[in-house]
Amino acid sequence: MNAQGNLVALGTIARREIVRILRIWAQTLLPPAVTMTLYFIIFGNLIGSRIGTIATDNSGAGISYVEYIAPGLIMMAVIQNAYGNITSSFFGAKFQRFVEEMLVSPMPSWTILAGYVAGAVLRGFMVGLIVLAISLFFTKIHLYHPIITLTTFLLAAVIFALLGFVNAIYARKFDDIAIIPTFVLTPLTYLGGVFYNVAQLPSPWKEISHLNPILYMVNAFRYGLLGVSDIDLTWAYLIMLAFVVVLATYCLSLLSRGVGLRS
Amino acid sequence: MSNAPASVPALEVAGLRKTYATGVEALKGISLTVQAGDFYALLGPNGAGKSTLIGIISSLVNPSSGDVRVFGHSVRTDRGQAMQMIGLVPQEINFNLFETPLDICINQAGFYGIERGVARERAERYLKELALWDKSRAVTRTLSGGMKRRLMIARAMMNEPRLLILDEPTAGVDIEIRRSMWKFIESINAAGTTVILTTHYLEEAEQLCRNITIIDHGRVIENTSMRKLLAKLDVETFVFDVADANGELPQLSDVRLARVDDHTIEAEMSRAHDLNSLFAALSARGITVRSMRNKANRLEELFVRLVDAGKAAA
Repeated sequence: MNAQGNLVALGTIARREIVRILRIWAQTLLPPAVTMTLYFIIFGNLIGSRIGTIATDNSGAGISYVEYIAPGLIMMAVIQNAYGNITSSFFGAKFQRFVEEMLVSPMPSWTILAGYVAGAVLRGFMVGLIVLAISLFFTKIHLYHPIITLTTFLLAAVIFALLGFVNAIYARKFDDIAIIPTFVLTPLTYLGGVFYNVAQLPSPWKEISHLNPILYMVNAFRYGLLGVSDIDLTWAYLIMLAFVVVLATYCLSLLSRGVGLRS
Repeated sequence: MSNAPASVPALEVAGLRKTYATGVEALKGISLTVQAGDFYALLGPNGAGKSTLIGIISSLVNPSSGDVRVFGHSVRTDRGQAMQMIGLVPQEINFNLFETPLDICINQAGFYGIERGVARERAERYLKELALWDKSRAVTRTLSGGMKRRLMIARAMMNEPRLLILDEPTAGVDIEIRRSMWKFIESINAAGTTVILTTHYLEEAEQLCRNITIIDHGRVIENTSMRKLLAKLDVETFVFDVADANGELPQLSDVRLARVDDHTIEAEMSRAHDLNSLFAALSARGITVRSMRNKANRLEELFVRLVDAGKAAA
């Protein structure tokens, strides 16, 4: 297919994903809104009010706990939903076998991957906006650095979409797409500095925390919104870009070899 | 439609082998050629390797060795061009049961890079031709079995393929819908599309197809024209509907006559034997023939014979 044809194909997959997300909004958009509202009420208002300030911004002003956790909660929702969207959608296509509609078409592997990743990123964006809107009921959100905010969101959503794609490729039953989010993704997210400042952790937990890639995403996003971060932004971008390159290459290799798709 | 020189065969399969990870050798060196414009039957008993062969042609299955060319484009080295030429109607239902027929067809066209406006027009045309337009916005899980099968044909037509592969398209479909599907497929073939059909309804293959390949245990056991294949049948059985079959039946040297019931007689006879002498003998016994028909599908008899011969040889 020529470039124009590939764009049409990519747009078709992305459009189908958006239609699916909106059709089952009670499964895709409502749950993160409810969960994050509870986080803001419990951790932000009830517990956060007793903690007071947890960090200071560039002007030296104190940052309240609820304000501190808001970027992390937004990023957590983006990560979980980008991952969940691609695993459920692509595995569903495999399970019902309509993935074959794409496999028998002349679409190259990268178009299929890009279409699904675009769908996952769009769901992450929708959920991110919803959680951002909820957070405004509990705290004020600055937009300290819009480009860092947007690029961090994009890179994190793409990384977890690609990880979700790998999960969906290897999954043979629905349990296989539930195990990773439950036993890997959620613990890493909780330990990724969403609710606390890792700089305040004692050794060796502080050093161990730096092995968690989510820490870099949460902190880069927090920097974009609040102007404070526990880690060096250069490292955060290098690590995120490396993940994107490695994962995208791996996904394309899986697709072109037909792993989990072609017998 | 996609362009390719008319002289190039629609499909060339050369030395195709497939051994699955389980060790099952599904194809053991299949070679065949389907000319452009043909209506081609691919037959074989269950487990013969038909679906594996179709899977490799449509790139759903990776071959172990050998090659497949679709209008000259190798599925291995030029997959995009080869797939552009193919429309596939698979054996199993494989569309999203939560989408509508209209969305399924439009999306399928999108996967081939066809703009949405064109896709919408084609979807309307093919859904109307296959009598599905009034269900175009219904959720597909609510469609009947026959509608689902017709939807898969409409979907396969969205890229207006030069080679349409139908893997048991009429399985489980009632005769009325089956005939309407035949009519549609015949019209597609008449318009220039090469059609490959696999079916267990051998009457269907006999009626529609001009050339035939029979495969069994991953090997080609017959590859010829339908006419030549049917000419190999040396014995035929006719069923006579008669006014009264209770009288004594005539004795003829190379015809075996048998009374089925009070009004039915069966005659098994050599194809070389003329029917006039049989009618004369029946008439001489005072047996009035009201009508007659072939007992069994002729291709079915040959098919069973060839497959049995293959088993005996194995």
